[in-house]
Formats: sequence, structure tokens, C-alpha cells
Amino acid sequence: MNAVLTTEAVSKRFGAVTAVDGISLAIRENEFFALLGPSGCGKTTLLRMLAGFESLSGGRILLDGKDISPLPPNRRPLNLMFQSYALFPHMTARANIAYGLEMERLPRAEIAARVDAILAATQLESLADRKPDALSGGQKQRVALARALVKRPRVLLLDEPLGALDKKLRGAMQLELKRLQSEVGITFIVVTHDQEEALVMADRVAVLKDGRVRQCGTPHEVYERPADRFVADFIGVMNFLPGRAVADGVEVPGVGLVRGALPTGLSAGAAAVAAVRPERLSLVAPGAPGPDNRIAGTVAAIAYHGLDVQLHVACGALPAPILVRLTADAAEASPLEPGTPVTLGWAAADSRIFAERDTSEEPTR
Amino acid sequence: MSDASTRLALRAVLAAVFVFLYVPIAVLVALSFNEGGLPTAWSGFSVKWYVSLASNSAILLAAGNTLIVALASTAIATVLGTLLALGIEMRRSRSRGLEALVFAPMIIPDIVLAIALLSFFAALDVTMGLHTIVAAHVVFNLAFVSAVVRARLKSFDWSMVEASADLGASGLTTFRRVTLPAILPSVVAGALIAFTLSVDEFIIAFFTAGAGRSSITLPMQIYSMLRFGITPEINALATLVIAVSVVALTISQRLNRGTIGQ
Amino acid sequence: MSTPLAHPRLLMAPALVWLAVFLVVPCLLVLANAFFLRGVYGGIEYVLTLENFERAFDPLYAGIFLTSARVAGLATLIALLIGYPAAYAIAMAPARRQPVILFLAVLPFWSNYLIRTYAWIVLLNREGLVTQGLRWAGYTGEPPSLLYTEGAVIVGLVYNYLPFVILAVYSALSRLSPDYREASRDLGASGFTTFRRITLPLTMPGVAAGAVFVFVLSIGNFVTPALLGGGRFQMVGNLIYDQFLTANDWPFGAALSLVLITVMMALLIAQAFATERASGTRTREAAA
Repeated sequence: MNAVLTTEAVSKRFGAVTAVDGISLAIRENEFFALLGPSGCGKTTLLRMLAGFESLSGGRILLDGKDISPLPPNRRPLNLMFQSYALFPHMTARANIAYGLEMERLPRAEIAARVDAILAATQLESLADRKPDALSGGQKQRVALARALVKRPRVLLLDEPLGALDKKLRGAMQLELKRLQSEVGITFIVVTHDQEEALVMADRVAVLKDGRVRQCGTPHEVYERPADRFVADFIGVMNFLPGRAVADGVEVPGVGLVRGALPTGLSAGAAAVAAVRPERLSLVAPGAPGPDNRIAGTVAAIAYHGLDVQLHVACGALPAPILVRLTADAAEASPLEPGTPVTLGWAAADSRIFAERDTSEEPTR
Repeated sequence: MSDASTRLALRAVLAAVFVFLYVPIAVLVALSFNEGGLPTAWSGFSVKWYVSLASNSAILLAAGNTLIVALASTAIATVLGTLLALGIEMRRSRSRGLEALVFAPMIIPDIVLAIALLSFFAALDVTMGLHTIVAAHVVFNLAFVSAVVRARLKSFDWSMVEASADLGASGLTTFRRVTLPAILPSVVAGALIAFTLSVDEFIIAFFTAGAGRSSITLPMQIYSMLRFGITPEINALATLVIAVSVVALTISQRLNRGTIGQ
Repeated sequence: MSTPLAHPRLLMAPALVWLAVFLVVPCLLVLANAFFLRGVYGGIEYVLTLENFERAFDPLYAGIFLTSARVAGLATLIALLIGYPAAYAIAMAPARRQPVILFLAVLPFWSNYLIRTYAWIVLLNREGLVTQGLRWAGYTGEPPSLLYTEGAVIVGLVYNYLPFVILAVYSALSRLSPDYREASRDLGASGFTTFRRITLPLTMPGVAAGAVFVFVLSIGNFVTPALLGGGRFQMVGNLIYDQFLTANDWPFGAALSLVLITVMMALLIAQAFATERASGTRTREAAA
């Protein structure tokens, strides 16, 4: 698959503040790509630079191999769906959707045909003659989407597309967007701060912090093999055990040796942190021969979530309780109450070890 | 038209507007210091027109009257207008008629208000003087004060008042210690606007001053000077009046920062 | 809202009473007077009649109404044509500077309008500054008579109300979410098309409100035509003034005022109506 949109060491500075710091990404044809990160990480700035609303302080943006950095927003074959939808309040849904086509100076008949087609595809036919203030949040979102898609852009940029929707609608729309993308066959680039959303919808995710890409990979890669401590913490839930790196793992004060593979570049003696996902932990009978890593503690709290149970286990020396995710069956096997002593175990292969200070290397794909 | 040239053109228009707005004022100020007093030639810097102004008894009387009227009408209007604003914003329901009534003084052409009040005072056979001017000025002043305070009240957190009551404070104490401090900047800003309006107001004063010489306000004096004999002292007077307005308005603006007025 | 502060009605009462006594009653009085006649010696003869209104529509006076409307209309239009770009320039300035620039643009509006009008006398006088400027540039003919013309009155009106127009347009512009402009550009529109199809229609209600206000203020204006138009130039304001101070025909003056107010209210209501119909101007808060 070829790269449709490439950024080459793109940066943006606002006075003394660097919002985007030399980001290089290659986004593929027909890909659903997510820019994920906490607020202030530069993802929205990067998106606006792609759309043409922010100038570049450095680097280039290439679309199909051509440098589009000098082009103004109305001449780029990219379209942006705004977080606020930005539907023109004085125009009907139909007129809103037709607007972009009118700018292309297409013949009236063709505009009407394409608008009708997309109204049908997004089930907006009955709402076509309503003005935005007579539409619900979900309906407005569909009009905004239709307005951008009708122009058949090379790439569709979406700025927190589901942010304004209520929780229930959001879940349904995540799948809907994914379906739409594969049906329409256009590359989508979505900006979001919600990591669950990114994992559900995207083919690949770029995790950003402080204007840099910390990791770029499939949702599976980013979840199972986080590149650094920040990504491990940001994606999903992770337990952290800080200590000092040794040959075969991390020496955690008060716990002992936590076995796991050291990442390249981390040498014995450096401050490190071992991490393990809650679902990789299991309850171990005290005397039983065990998994590579064990840790003893007392149950502090139990949260039932229907199909699974979340245990908060206080382990003496550690500052925060360990979170364990058990299936309901596994939880029922042993009697659990706040105060019950338990032993948790996990395989060395499930340990993730990171340097205590975040690396500033930026892996690129 | 490209973005850059559009920007330039717009800036040019703005610059031209500023020139248009301020050149006449600048001319007056400059003339007030012109020895010769006439715009025909600059004959040297002098403050003699200000000096002669200071000894012009008619102008001094008028200035004094204006001050009295402005202070009195501002004081009354501030109290009435603030209470009105509080009353309106505390109610849940909005009455169209009430809004219209409170808005009316600001949009009725001042000539109409002037003659209405003249007719009113004449019909009641009231001797007119500074007191009738004050009564007239309060009418539009309270509308402005009320508008300014209302704008501030729209972003006022009423639950503070409820919290104060919950903690045991009486109505008056709550007003004095919670509400008033919060709205005070707007009240003062409104008062300054009212003061400025009153000082500058001409038509209504003209009609409601009555026949006596003793109740002439400064704008009335200026008007008669403009009609019947322009002397260079007017430039000095104009400069002073402008200076007073500017100072009052600047202070008002500083106080009202953060409140969206329109 | 149940607050322990005081009953809202009580708070509003003093102001409302004042307005009732010094605004409502006088206006009703004017309304009443319009239906009576001028007495022989200048008082009021309490005979109910519509004669004053008939007179008001007499060609002589109708002409003055039309002149006033024309002059006010021109002044409003010019003020809009100059004021809109100026307000747009302010709205495009860096956010920090906007309040200051706006304040400076509006400041002249708050100064005494007699004085502001006088400034133009100084400029437009036969030996005023404009003439001086022309002479300095080489002109040696007769000093142009700029003062005491309709043009001078229009300039005076524009000068008086331009800051207000700028304020009204700026308010409308600043309330418009920048997302609309960006969305339009993103969809392929040029800067000018964006202005024509998005910015202008969406700011029109605010602009129209400002325009109606200025038009109404201009029509009833009396000082500017009196000082800059000279004795022969009459607008409605001067006419009303004359009835009260020279002709001593208060009932007729009242009738004229009523006609003026009716025109005013009709315009304001029409404008409010039109704004409600062109629905859906979103503020930045609602769009977010």
C-alpha cells in the first residue's frame, strides 16, 4: 500500500511554545488513521496544518507525492469535519451539502444528483430541507459528514467527531464511522483524546505527547507492546511497579525481582518501572508452584462489572493498589472480601519494562 | 483578491476612519492653543483662551449648573437603575412590555422626549429650572445604568445569594456583602456613562430649563455661542469638555472590562 | 427565583414610578395634544380634531419628512459602507488589541455632539480648514461654500453615528464563530465568496439593527441640520423645534412627533420581524 499523505518533520511554533515538534508520518491509502493524545499534545494543531489552517514552521506535507504546504485550504483536496460541525445556520441541510460542490463550479444537474445520492446514503433524505437548528446532534453530525464526503476528498480529516454526542450514541457512531470509511474507500484521519475510541475505529494509531509521536502502530501493537511508559499508561489500564533495572528484570523494593525482558537501551542499574496489564494477573494459591512473578497483598476493594470483576489489591510497599481483572468464574473460585490476603501472579512474558524517564525517541513507520 | 491585499485594504479603511474621526477633534484642540484663535493662521502657542474662559462668568455659571445637574441626576439614576436591574433579572418571567418600557428612553428621539416633558411641566404649571432638568435626565440615565448593570447580572451566579441565605444572612446583609460587591464595578461604570451623558446632553436640557437665565447648562451655553457669536473661547471649552468625557469613559471602560455590553 | 433579598417588584417600583411620571405620562400628553388645536394666543384649545395630522401630510411638510428620510438614509448607508470594513478590520486584529482599538473608535461617539458638530463648522467654513488645505495645495479660486448644504449635514450625521455603526457591526462579527469561515474555505470557497455567502448573511441581523437605530437617530436629529444646514435647511427635528419655540403651535408639534415615532416604531418592528424570520444565527457558545 502506498502512502497517500506524508508529513516530513513537520513542526509548528507559536512564539516560544512548540506545539508540533518535527512529526513524520506516512498515512496509507484507504486507511482509518487516528491521532491520539491528551489535550495539548498537538494533535489538533497537526490536523489543522494538514487542512491548511495553520502554516508550517518547518517541514513539508506531501499528498500523493506533491508538496501541498503552500496551498491555501480551499485548494487542497482534503476536507475537514469540524468538532462543532460548523453547519451554516442560514442554509438547509441540502444547501449546506451542495455548498462545496458549488465551489467546484459543477453543473447544477450534477450537483443535485450527487447531493441526492449522499442524502440517501446517510439517511438524511427526510431532513434535507431543515435548517441546522431543527436537527439533533446526531443528525447534524451526519450532515457535516455528508457535506465533506460529497466532495470526494482524497483524505477526510475529522476533529473529535464524536465529542459532542452522548455516550450511547457515541458507541453506535464509532462502528458507523468505521463502516462508512470502508464503504466509501477514503482515507480517514481522526483526532481524538479517547483511547478506547481510537482502538475501536482505527487501523493504525499515532500516540502523541508534547508535539511528538511516541508510538505509531496498530491498536493491537499499541496496546500489547507500548513503546514507552507514557503510551503504556495512556492506553488502557496498566499497573506500574517502580524500581531499578537488573539483568533479568526490575528489582522492586518491598516486592522483589519482577522478571521480564529489558527494552534495548535500558542498562542494569538505571531507574526503571515494570508494568503489567490487569487482565494478565491471576490469583495464585499460596503454596502452588507458580508463574514467574508473584506479589502478595490484601484485597482493598472489589468492583463487580457483570462479566468480570475488578480487584484493587493493596501491596504493602507499593504506592498505589494493583488492579486485577478476573473473569466472574475465576473470582468465584476463591472467596474474596476486603481484607482477604491474596497472591497475584503473572508470566514474565507479560511484563513490560520501561525506563523511568520517558525516552524522546520517535519511532516512525 | 488575495488574502494579504484584502487585509491591507481593510486596514487602510480603518486608518482612514480613524483619521476622519479624530482630525476634527484634533483641530479643535490645536485651535484652543492657537494665539490667534482663528483657523486661518497659526500665530503661536498660547493658553490665553483658557484664561479668558476662566473669567467668563456666564460659562462658569453654566458649567456649575451642568455639574449640579449631572451629579444629581447620576446619583438618583444610579440608585433607581441598579434596583430596577436587580428587580428585572431576579424575575423568572420576562415581560415584553416591561422590556419595551425600560428600553424606550434610549430610543425615543430626544426632541420628542424634550417636548413631551415641556408639555408635561407646562400643563402642571410647574416652574422650570435645574430641578426639572434633573428629573428629565434621570429618565434616560436610569435606562442606561439599568442596561449596564443588567448585562453584568446576566453572568451573575445567583446561587451565591442562596448560599448566603442558607448561611443565615438577612436580605439586606446579603445584598450589602454578596451582591453589591460583585456588581459594583458595573454600577460605577453605568454611573460614569450616565454622568457623561448628562454633561453632554443638550436638547432635553434646553426644553426643560425654563425661561430663567440661572438654569442654563453648559451645552445650552455652547449652543447659544455657536448660534450667535463664535468666539475662540469655544475651542478651549470644547477641549475641556472632550477631556472630561474621555477621562470618564476610560475609567468606565476599565471598570466594565469583562462585561459584554452589547 | 425565591431569594430572600426582597421582592423584585419592590426593587423595580421606584424606577418604574419615575418612568411612569416622567416618561409615560408626558408621552401620553403629547399624544393627547396632537388631537387638539393651537389656541389664538398660543395656548391649547381643547377641541378634538384631526386637523394637525392633515397638516402633517400637507405637501410642504411631507416634503420635509421625505428630505429627512433621504438625508438620514444616505447618512446611514454611507456610515454602513465605511463602518463595515472598518469593523471587519478590527475583528481581524489580534485578539488582545481589539478592545482597545474598538474603544478608540467608539470614543468620539461619547463626546458632546454639539462640539463634534462645531468641529465641522470649523473645517467647512468659508475660511475653514478645508479651504485652507485647498489653498495650501494651490487652489486660488473662490472659497467653496461647503457649509450650510445638505452635504454638510450628511457629513455631520455620518461623523456622529459612524462609531455606533462600527460598534454594532463589530458585535455581530465577533459573535460569529470562526468555524463557519474556516468550513467555507475548507469546502473550496475563496475569501470573497466566503464573505458574500457566509459572513455577510450571518452578520446581517446585527448590522440591520444598528442601521435602523442610526436611521432613526438621524431622522430625529435637530442639532446637526440646525448648525450645519443653516436656516433654510429643515429636517423633521427642526420642524418640531420650531413649532414649540417659534410658531408656538404645540399641538401641531405634537402631531409631527407622533408621526415621527410611528415611523420609528414601524421600522424597528419590521426589522425585529425580519430578524426572527432569518432564523438560526448561532453564537460561538451554541456552536461549540
